[in-house]
Amino acid sequence: MTSVLVSLNRILAVFLKETVQMRRDRLTFAMMLGIPLVQLVLFGFAINMDPRHLPAAVLVEEQTPIVRTLVKSLEASEYYDFILETDDPRESTDLLARGEVAFVVSFPTGFTRDLIRGDRPQILIEADASDPAAASNAIGSANTILTRALNRELKGATASLAASPAPFELVVLPRYNPEAKTAYNIVPGLLGVILTMTLVMITAMAMTRESERGTMENLLSMPARPFEVMLGKILPYVVMGAIQTGVILLAARLIFDVPFVGSFWVLVLGVTIFVIANLAVGFTFSTIAKSQMQAMQLTFFFFLPSILLSGFMFPFRGMPHWAQMIGEGLPLTHFLRVVRGVMLKDATLAQLQAPMLAMCAFTAVMMLIAMLRYRRTLD
Amino acid sequence: MSIDLAIDVHGLGKRFGKKVAVSGVDLQLPRGEVWGFLGPNGSGKTTTIRMICGLLKASEGSGTALGFDILKDADRIKAHTGYMTQKFSFWTDLTIRENLEFVARLYRLPHMRETVDSTLQGLGLADRQHQLAEALSGGWKQRLALAAVTMHHPDLLLLDEPTAGVDPQARRDFWDEIHELSSRGMTVLVSTHYMDEAERCDRIVYLANGHKVAEGTVADIVHRSGLVTFRGQGTGVRRLAEKLKGLPGLDHVAYFGAALHVSGPDADIIRATITRETSGDVTWEQVDPSLEDAFIALMADAGTDRREHA
Ligand SMILES: Nc1ncnc2c1ncn2[C@@H]1O[C@H](COP(=O)(O)OP(=O)(O)OP(=O)(O)O)[C@@H](O)[C@H]1O
Ligand SMILES: [Mg+2]
Repeated sequence: MTSVLVSLNRILAVFLKETVQMRRDRLTFAMMLGIPLVQLVLFGFAINMDPRHLPAAVLVEEQTPIVRTLVKSLEASEYYDFILETDDPRESTDLLARGEVAFVVSFPTGFTRDLIRGDRPQILIEADASDPAAASNAIGSANTILTRALNRELKGATASLAASPAPFELVVLPRYNPEAKTAYNIVPGLLGVILTMTLVMITAMAMTRESERGTMENLLSMPARPFEVMLGKILPYVVMGAIQTGVILLAARLIFDVPFVGSFWVLVLGVTIFVIANLAVGFTFSTIAKSQMQAMQLTFFFFLPSILLSGFMFPFRGMPHWAQMIGEGLPLTHFLRVVRGVMLKDATLAQLQAPMLAMCAFTAVMMLIAMLRYRRTLD
Repeated sequence: MSIDLAIDVHGLGKRFGKKVAVSGVDLQLPRGEVWGFLGPNGSGKTTTIRMICGLLKASEGSGTALGFDILKDADRIKAHTGYMTQKFSFWTDLTIRENLEFVARLYRLPHMRETVDSTLQGLGLADRQHQLAEALSGGWKQRLALAAVTMHHPDLLLLDEPTAGVDPQARRDFWDEIHELSSRGMTVLVSTHYMDEAERCDRIVYLANGHKVAEGTVADIVHRSGLVTFRGQGTGVRRLAEKLKGLPGLDHVAYFGAALHVSGPDADIIRATITRETSGDVTWEQVDPSLEDAFIALMADAGTDRREHA
């Protein structure tokens, strides 16, 4: 007797049907395999909570063997990669503001003389603390590294200096976010993340909705150029992006108390470029996806590396080289530089030129792809 | 030269993967005429129409519509053509007026507001203009679609089953409208499954299995089918169709009201068969074959006798 409630045959029938349909839908299938794989790879390898090889600059007036030894020891720790040595404090400060270096290590005038005299001169480490997680380990270990290096160096006549306390005083000056509040770093970043998620998704639906409802045939039978269709579909969402930005910035101010030290108009420019970049991504997806479901999946596929590899969730400099390379190709990475630069560091437009241009280039390339992909026939 | 031909295509063909949907179709439509496009489901009518207006790229063949190359000049064809899709394809989440305005703007019609106003007046939808298109009944949707695709005064009108699901009175109005548009110089190619509509066309083209199997006036096609039809009337015709169907020489056996029509190529064979098989009260007379009889014969010739699938 067959059960009235559950039929194994019916379950099997549905199971087989679904299996066949799933296999036919190649894109969905690829996503179902791809997303966990990508997650695994990104979480497993790319994320590094102990970032090393952070770019740094040395600010020093007189090069002496001791200074050189100390710099070398910092470099040997693998936390610091010194990319510049200068005696001009303006240059080093500028690099820090642009985010090209994470630290500036300064040795004051007469450092070596004072050290030998036993006057305990200061070594100053200015750190870009807008992302507190990035710098903390490097700073935390600096004292030990420097002391040990000095002890090795100081032999013979100066050996007496090697006694504790350390013969120098290490001063750490966290810049931009002195209280190391993660909200300061995360909330501006969230602006970029939210814009990415919502705007890409909404435009990804733009063309698939037409195809699914059968209105595509009508649209294509009328004289509308691809670029017109693209812009026409994107522009309404630029307004939406602006509204979202306003709400998030207000929340940042009122709820999280995030400071806004830079130029509002530079931020407006950055947001505008970024919003268009994301809409272009969405539109490109909508020329690829065959259904709204696929459009959603493509959106997610783009969103995942965006949050993981852009420096939003994890310090950008702490990621392995290949992950940084991918990150550089994502608009969110550049937007985070802009929004953190403006809100936390008072970066100027000139200082943010590189990420701004990168977002423009990304947008142009995306739009080109969208135009090439846009089908003008029903084939 | 194709200057007085609105549609001039040769050897048109379309493949979808391995499937051949249309093959070797020639069409020469003089300007200003109304042509009917007939054929069973899946015979390739929609596909052919789409190739003519540049919505599908022909896999074989070439030609022009309104003098523009269908493969290279689709944009210009679109600008001067009105295409009414088989399935309602206006935006159901826009209002009636918004749909018309969208179309008017895409064609960049001057005096957009006035044009839309007068179109709404003509449709009799002025008082419903702010309703969503979704709210319209099937017949009204078709009327809206026809109005929308003719708003820019196209030279060529491609109508894909415009009267499917439309009531008889509205269907008549629809055809009056088509002839009215034609009298203003529009060339019309209209696909249909209705025989009475086919009879209102200057010429008809019949597709089967993606091939053109007949073209001409209704009288031509009926004549050329070489069919002979007998009509049987009386109480004895009941259940007679079952007996007659499939017998050699009888291509088509079907009831028209209470009468039974039997068609085939050879009058003598039919006469002999029906005399042999008939018992009881039936009077037989030879009548003119209908267009439908002719089409069923054409379908059978093309190897697509659909009675078995139905
Ligand atoms: N996009 C497509 N992909 C694959 N096959 C298609 C496609 N469009 C049409 N076909 C096939 O091409 C053939 C012709 O279809 P078409 O829609 O042109 O027929 P039709 O004459 O318009 O039929 P109907 O009277 O049902 O509207 C059919 O067999 C159909 O399955
Ligand atoms: Mg069709």
